[in-house]
Amino acid sequence: MFDALSDRLGGIFDGLTGRGALSEKDVNAALREIRVALLEADVALPVVKDFIEKVRERAVGEEVIRAVKPGQQVIKIVHDGLVEMLGGEDADTTLKIDSPPAVIMMAGLQGSGKTTTSGKLALRLAGKQKKKVLLASLDVRRPAAMEQLAILADQAGEGVTALPIIAGQLPADIAKRAIQAAKLGGHDVLILDTAGRTSIDEQMMNEAAEIAAIADPSETLLVADSLTGQDAVETAKRFHERLPLTGLVLTRMDGDGRGGAALSMRAVTGLPIKFLGVSEKLDGIEAFDAKRVAGRILGQGDIVSLVEKAAENYDQEKAERMAKKMRKGEFDLEDLADQLRQMQKMGGLGGIMGMLPGAKKAKQAMDASGVDDKTLLRQEAIISSMTREERRKPALLNASRRKRIAAGAGVSVQDVNRLMKMHKQMAGMMKKMGRGGMKGLMGAMGGMGGGMPGGMPPGGLSGLGGAGGSLPGLPGGAGGGGLPGLPGGKKK
Amino acid sequence: MILWFGKKKKKQELEEAELPSPAEPEAEPVVELEPHNADFQAPLEEGDPASPHPDPADEEPLDLPGAEPAPEEVMDTPELAHLHDASPEPEAEPDPIAETKKPGFFSRMASGLSRSSSRLAEGITSVFTKRKLDEETLEELEDLLIASDLGAGVAARVTAGLAKDRFDKEVTDEEIKAALAEEITAVLKPREQIVDFADGPRPRIVLFVGVNGSGKTTTIGKIASKLKAQGAKALLVAGDTFRAAAIEQLTVWGERAGIPVLSKSTGADAAGLVYEAVERAQREGLDLVLVDTAGRLQNKSELMAELAKIIRVTQKLDPDAPHDVILVLDATVGQNALSQVEAFRHTAGVTGLVMTKLDGTAKGGVLVAIADKHDLPIHFVGVGEKAEDLQPFSAEAFARALVGPG
Repeated sequence: MFDALSDRLGGIFDGLTGRGALSEKDVNAALREIRVALLEADVALPVVKDFIEKVRERAVGEEVIRAVKPGQQVIKIVHDGLVEMLGGEDADTTLKIDSPPAVIMMAGLQGSGKTTTSGKLALRLAGKQKKKVLLASLDVRRPAAMEQLAILADQAGEGVTALPIIAGQLPADIAKRAIQAAKLGGHDVLILDTAGRTSIDEQMMNEAAEIAAIADPSETLLVADSLTGQDAVETAKRFHERLPLTGLVLTRMDGDGRGGAALSMRAVTGLPIKFLGVSEKLDGIEAFDAKRVAGRILGQGDIVSLVEKAAENYDQEKAERMAKKMRKGEFDLEDLADQLRQMQKMGGLGGIMGMLPGAKKAKQAMDASGVDDKTLLRQEAIISSMTREERRKPALLNASRRKRIAAGAGVSVQDVNRLMKMHKQMAGMMKKMGRGGMKGLMGAMGGMGGGMPGGMPPGGLSGLGGAGGSLPGLPGGAGGGGLPGLPGGKKK
Repeated sequence: MILWFGKKKKKQELEEAELPSPAEPEAEPVVELEPHNADFQAPLEEGDPASPHPDPADEEPLDLPGAEPAPEEVMDTPELAHLHDASPEPEAEPDPIAETKKPGFFSRMASGLSRSSSRLAEGITSVFTKRKLDEETLEELEDLLIASDLGAGVAARVTAGLAKDRFDKEVTDEEIKAALAEEITAVLKPREQIVDFADGPRPRIVLFVGVNGSGKTTTIGKIASKLKAQGAKALLVAGDTFRAAAIEQLTVWGERAGIPVLSKSTGADAAGLVYEAVERAQREGLDLVLVDTAGRLQNKSELMAELAKIIRVTQKLDPDAPHDVILVLDATVGQNALSQVEAFRHTAGVTGLVMTKLDGTAKGGVLVAIADKHDLPIHFVGVGEKAEDLQPFSAEAFARALVGPG
């Protein structure tokens, strides 16, 4: 639905290369596009306006560097501006929890993810920092909210306990009881999960302020949905006015939203964004990274997430085994089946493509070719219909065996042939990766374009370098086995 | 008022107005059982066993005092304006007695919506005291629409529509607001469609889908609170087997409403559960099955595949099921709502929309963009945490709330 900004700007700056400094006219044309792009990414209007002015000042008169397209140069300026506005590269994402029991209060709208985030934070503090954490739910409104937090505490396991539920108690009283319990129990951190509330509900906002006054939290975090639209500024502003907020947490960053709310909320409150919620699982919380979010707002993809996700889902042992095999140039059909399963785990083709720069065009190509997640399943079914020996030695597959396999998997012989061809290509790719390390990996990613009808548009991967190298590079050795290759299309 | 479940609703609504509904304990934050349910369940249940398959649309209301046809005035637009003026105090909880005196859904929705002071309205007032509708003014207007989440494209089109007859003329903010509301109403009006669960096949299977935290469970709970009183034999299905305590949450709503809840333990296969639910509904001759599902982000193909499986499995028992697939959208969401509609429509064949949390500062302007692009009826809007805060969608009221009182 959204074109990457680089695609949009491409047209404006064609034929501009090497013409000295960026003129005001050029910049204005570009800024119009940037404005729309930011608005479509849900950055709030006043924030967009401010930001555009800053970029204008910086961009006009800027020398056009040869070798770099002016459009890309503007994008770099925009990207750098976004990173700066989001708090810079070394944004402070630590929590002030020195004096036990340190209270962390969670606040936000209904359904923003406070309870889940409370559980995630507890697990993170108990695990990484070896803190003893007490979780207390002050949500007496939503049915079963307290039970939810208790279950999460249970799931978090060692070091995390939930305050016993006493029915009928008021939030302020629960807060007092929680503080007492945290002191007596020798807890390092007390996390107070509060009920969701709208910022114009006076009574509820008073209640929140009262809780804050009682608990005197060392951290008060506003939890907000990263899919939030223009309202982000209003909500952030109002909560900031009423509560001693110290930071922001953005949830559902694993969605396909562009996350413009991050910029809006940060701009209007000046508060640091501390964490991002990145999955439904209890360990799905990460420290905020301005660069990544900036790249995402600009629609340049989120390569880091992709690699991390690949690493996360990749069984280390399996990866090492695979790496060994790859070095020897072995890649049999069992490995291919593994790869197919990995890809499904990572959210399927759509999930992976969504994180690649220039993915839109690749996705279109994918749609046009009829390659979808069903293809993955079908391919897995074909492999499952082979004998173990056949999987290990694909060369065994003669015509009659292929016929049998096709019948077994409920596909045509052509489908089997296609899979075999794809396997051959991938085996070649894997060999390269095995030899070339990271360079090989990038080669393989490029190769993936070849496997796709229409190919990955040249503009696709170039987006990587396009932002003047400002996109975070791929961390070395991600996941050992690296990125699973994408299978080729149905028709080539 | 709302045709939640047949015509009985009208009667019930009136009674709700008549009853000296006990003042809600404001300080007591625990959401109480809906008071009217307790009062109505008994007589209705006595009436029901006579006909095992009561068609509530046919069934004449039991003769309870004050059972009159629904008042027409609820659809009256002037009343809306009047109410806007009448209750400007930003009280979170309107006086319950006063509330019962004006039971129109239109007014209720309007007052719920207007609790959040419309930013757009303030903006317009500051832009148009009286001035020429020129390029610059139009651009400012377009910005205001964008700031209400209408999206750049739709904002441009609405503004263009506005400029067609009025460009370069002197206009007041009142005129602009009225015209703007008209433009927006025109987009939304075709999508205004109240769902009547009393119609159609039995059992009617209704699936609620959406991203995490959009308000699916709460919406089902609100609908359930009304159903029993309307004589529906319903079953709630706790299909969110993933999130901690989601089952308990729905169970609480079911207990309040006096409607059975079918559930399995957390982690169970949701599709299997739904299959059992439909089987049971067919066996027991139930009218309605409301299925809660786990929240899922639309870009997670694994989770979307799981949703597709729920639907496939349901269709084994009834090829036409699910009869309704309702996508629940959060009013605070921005342009991503479009992507949500597309993805859920593609996977689950969404048949209608509900927008929740319109009682906050967010006005849900993206609904206009959705209505512009998708031919999907908008059934309800949520304007508060109580059961009666789920209201039928009205294009006029929504547009008015977005633009602000004229």
